[in-house]
Amino acid sequence: MSETAARPIGGRIVTPFFLFLLALWALGTVAGLQRWFGGLGAATAMSDGYPWGIWIALDVVVGTALACGGYAVALLVYIFNRGQYHPLVRPALLTSALGYSTAAVAIAFDVGRYWGLWKVPFYVGSWNLRSALLEVALCVMSYIVVLWVEVSPAFLERFRDGKNEGLRRLAESVGPRLERALPFIIALGLLLPTMHQSSLGSIWLLAASKLHRLWLTPWLPFLFLVSCIAMGYAMVVIEHTFAARAFRLRQETQMLGRIGLAAAWMVVVYLVVRIVDVVWRGQFQAIFSSGRFSFLFLAETALWVAAAALLFSRRTRADAGQQLRAAFLLIAAGVLYRFNTYLFAFQPGYGWTYFPSVQEIVITFGLVATETMAFLVIVKKFPFLGGVPAR
Amino acid sequence: MESKASGMNGASRTDGVNRRDFLKVCSMAAAAVGLPAQAAEKMAQRVAMPKKPSVVWLQFQECTGCTESLLRTSHPGAAELVLDLISLDYSETLMAAAGHQAEAALQAAMKENAGKYVCVVEGAIPTKDGGVYCKIGDRTALDIVKDVAGKAGAVIAIGSCASWGGIPSADPNPTGAVGVKDVVQGKPLVTIPGCPANPYNLLGTVLQYATFGTLPALDEKLRPKFAYGRVIHDDCPRRPHFDAGRFAQRYGDEGSRQGWCLYKLGCKGPRTHANCSLLNFGDVIGAWPIGVGAQCFGCTEKELAFRVPLFQTVEPESLSPPGLYPPVSTPRGEVSPWATGLAGVAVGALVGAGWTVSKAVGRDKEPGAPPDEKKE
Amino acid sequence: MTGMRRRTALKVLAGGVGASALRPAQALEQPAYPDAVGLLYDSTRCIGCRACVTWCKRANELPDDEMNINGVPYNAPVDLSSTTKNIIRVAKDGDHTAFVKGGCMHCTEPACVNACMIGALKKNPTTGVVAYNVDLCVGCRYCQVVCPFNVPKFTWHSAFNSRIVKCELCRHLPEGPACARVCPRQAIVTGKVTELKAEARRRLSAQPAAYHPQVYGEREAGGTQVLYLAPAAMPPDKLGLPNVGDAPIPTLSHEIHGGIYKAGIAPVALYAAFAFVTWKNRRSQAAGSGKEEGHK
Repeated sequence: MSETAARPIGGRIVTPFFLFLLALWALGTVAGLQRWFGGLGAATAMSDGYPWGIWIALDVVVGTALACGGYAVALLVYIFNRGQYHPLVRPALLTSALGYSTAAVAIAFDVGRYWGLWKVPFYVGSWNLRSALLEVALCVMSYIVVLWVEVSPAFLERFRDGKNEGLRRLAESVGPRLERALPFIIALGLLLPTMHQSSLGSIWLLAASKLHRLWLTPWLPFLFLVSCIAMGYAMVVIEHTFAARAFRLRQETQMLGRIGLAAAWMVVVYLVVRIVDVVWRGQFQAIFSSGRFSFLFLAETALWVAAAALLFSRRTRADAGQQLRAAFLLIAAGVLYRFNTYLFAFQPGYGWTYFPSVQEIVITFGLVATETMAFLVIVKKFPFLGGVPAR
Repeated sequence: MESKASGMNGASRTDGVNRRDFLKVCSMAAAAVGLPAQAAEKMAQRVAMPKKPSVVWLQFQECTGCTESLLRTSHPGAAELVLDLISLDYSETLMAAAGHQAEAALQAAMKENAGKYVCVVEGAIPTKDGGVYCKIGDRTALDIVKDVAGKAGAVIAIGSCASWGGIPSADPNPTGAVGVKDVVQGKPLVTIPGCPANPYNLLGTVLQYATFGTLPALDEKLRPKFAYGRVIHDDCPRRPHFDAGRFAQRYGDEGSRQGWCLYKLGCKGPRTHANCSLLNFGDVIGAWPIGVGAQCFGCTEKELAFRVPLFQTVEPESLSPPGLYPPVSTPRGEVSPWATGLAGVAVGALVGAGWTVSKAVGRDKEPGAPPDEKKE
Repeated sequence: MTGMRRRTALKVLAGGVGASALRPAQALEQPAYPDAVGLLYDSTRCIGCRACVTWCKRANELPDDEMNINGVPYNAPVDLSSTTKNIIRVAKDGDHTAFVKGGCMHCTEPACVNACMIGALKKNPTTGVVAYNVDLCVGCRYCQVVCPFNVPKFTWHSAFNSRIVKCELCRHLPEGPACARVCPRQAIVTGKVTELKAEARRRLSAQPAAYHPQVYGEREAGGTQVLYLAPAAMPPDKLGLPNVGDAPIPTLSHEIHGGIYKAGIAPVALYAAFAFVTWKNRRSQAAGSGKEEGHK
């Protein structure tokens, strides 16, 4: 055997941690009822000045960036031909599938006329092709389908080896066809996030008058894309380390170290473009003279630099704990960059301020808890984790 | 009163009133009640005809305040009205006759002008116990009004009492007093509420009917829109004080002396449909309740007058902007301390957990790993 | 990264983005609106009577913004909102005071129209009025994010009938905008934009000392159909009218986003590249591991 195959982890579903997550889900549901029946104004602190709050900034934008592990690893394995990272693909894709699905649920919570969302993919004649948000919406909808198709082999494997006759026949008929189509599905799974993660940055090009000049740049789509790939790698490190710890699997520190290196290089590319762009646009002074925006910019940059520095260091690449901390720093940098763009550096004027309401926070936690519970159940029942590369 | 017109029965000169003077009277009358300029000429023509329009004036549960107000008009004055413009065939207050003679006059007028005369009703009509609480000539008010109004060309209810019941109908309404529209149906009816009603509102209506044979446009409560189309609040001279937030709080206080808005003293102007602020009373400028510093009590409105306490404020019929303006930019958006706390706790917990786990991971040796994965 | 985007990005960077990323670009290919209608608001003539605010609510069947001031109820909107499509604000600068009307500017090249992914906000091809079609709207509120004038408002209080609310120049009334009809001092005038511009210039030349010499909206944001005249002592920025520059708001987005996705070339090319490389690599990985392995 060239590698150890992934397997269902097994074990009890209902653990204390699972119950804790269930409690968060319950709280989120209660707050959710207030949103559904009382309207957005009753449950959130969003306003006409700040029409987008943490449900967009955190649940959708950061959430999908964190769910870019599948994309980032697929790039490595299928485009840069690093086959040794193959075992990382499956769990990363599962995280992505769940992450994007959660983001879609968050959207259903956030939009005011959710009953009309079905029209977006179907009313082709009404599409406004100039809208970056249309691009994001269509791409994310398609990508969710693609992701679940990409993780379906793991489910089909289980069905094939399982006891249910009907599912077995389904697996046996669909499996080979899926196998043949996979390169084209994978290619879609590479194209779609490239498109929409960059468009999440392009969205702000239209709101130029309200974005602080330290964040407003024509390079927004590029910066969002590169930072999301870096975050994807960091998520792979985090997720793999946690899973190894929780399910007593191999730590794979060396492999993760190399993933971290890939992340570090992405951060370098990001930082070069970011800083050069700010200076080129004549905003160097602004870095230090913009009050709290200076603080946010410098904090964001410091986090990126610290993360990259750690990830480059050989010590880190050999130390799982250090790797994890470096990955956390990188995630924090990416989160702060997105929060800055979507919330902090957004200045609607006219005296508006925003801080999320308790319900918004509780629903966010509920969504993440639900996603985590789904992850736990799936990895325990289906072969996603435990794959070890060939030596 | 017989139709002894001392006026213009075809003659150009009668009893010292010449046509020019008469036209002047008609013009004044027309102008005063808002009829167009040509009305004066038409009015003169009509009254030059053999018959002046016949008016029968009934009085029931009332204080005669409406008649008294009418006597104090000046353009036209009561004399011009009664002597030149209309034929007031029955009026208990003004007619010289009494007793059987008066009743005979009423019957004659009704017979002669059946279907054409204007029946003016002043006062409420008691309906309880068969209406015995008001009887004239041994007939109940109920019977009289049904009879007389039933044969009229048009019915005008003057004053709040005739319009919707007025004071007699105030709780507990022991006599079952109601307005004309509750007992007379099927006749063109105009109500002119007020306590007293402004006499010029009556004059305008009567003269229009007398000259053109039409009644003015009415609202859903059968009140002429030209007089009751707006609320006092919309034409009140103290309105700028309301908008600017300047109110009298007690009688005789600073605001009261400055002539500030009486809304907080319970003025019902914002809900009362009438034109008192425009016409005032008794042809004396400023002679109306608010003009003399007393809050309007909504005498034209059934829901307000004699029901809502004098000093109780009412919600305006429609809201208007205050004397304040929103600035270009004003701080908005609430920051809930609970949310801040929760967010802080969550972030702190995440950071703490991340640190702890990373430390633990660093200490862990990989289970079953070959020794080449050594940490420095 | 991806060829097309990098090329465009480098072009923008090298092409002298200069001091600001917001360089006024070539005008976008736009149909002209020769019969566009709009409003002219003359702040020097406005007395703050707010008849326009009240009539706008009546004409659009909007409820009052009830506010209790010292126990007395008033209709006192503080800003445009889901119940207020037109507002009169007061701007102060030292001793000077002026009134400013707030409402949809009906831009020639609106940010909101460009933003709306499903075309719920669209410009009428004849009148140029930016109209809202609630049946298409999903309530994403991107239009609120992008409008530099903060015009579109959302019905936050509604759970099942939410929508965006903004002035639509009373397009549902044959007699036209209620605010212009009621204004007692011709401070708000309606008509074709060409005529409004002529009227604005007439007023400016008739009383040059009274006005700030600019018709705000003539060039701002690529031109708006609602124009403003400001008093001499209170130029537009003092009135709270944002300094948005002369380029249409969607310029930057159209350049970058439109450039990247022009004719769909880049995504298709990228997909082809991804598909080819993936297919090739998978074959080599499968061959290298000795047997046909699946996506394990």
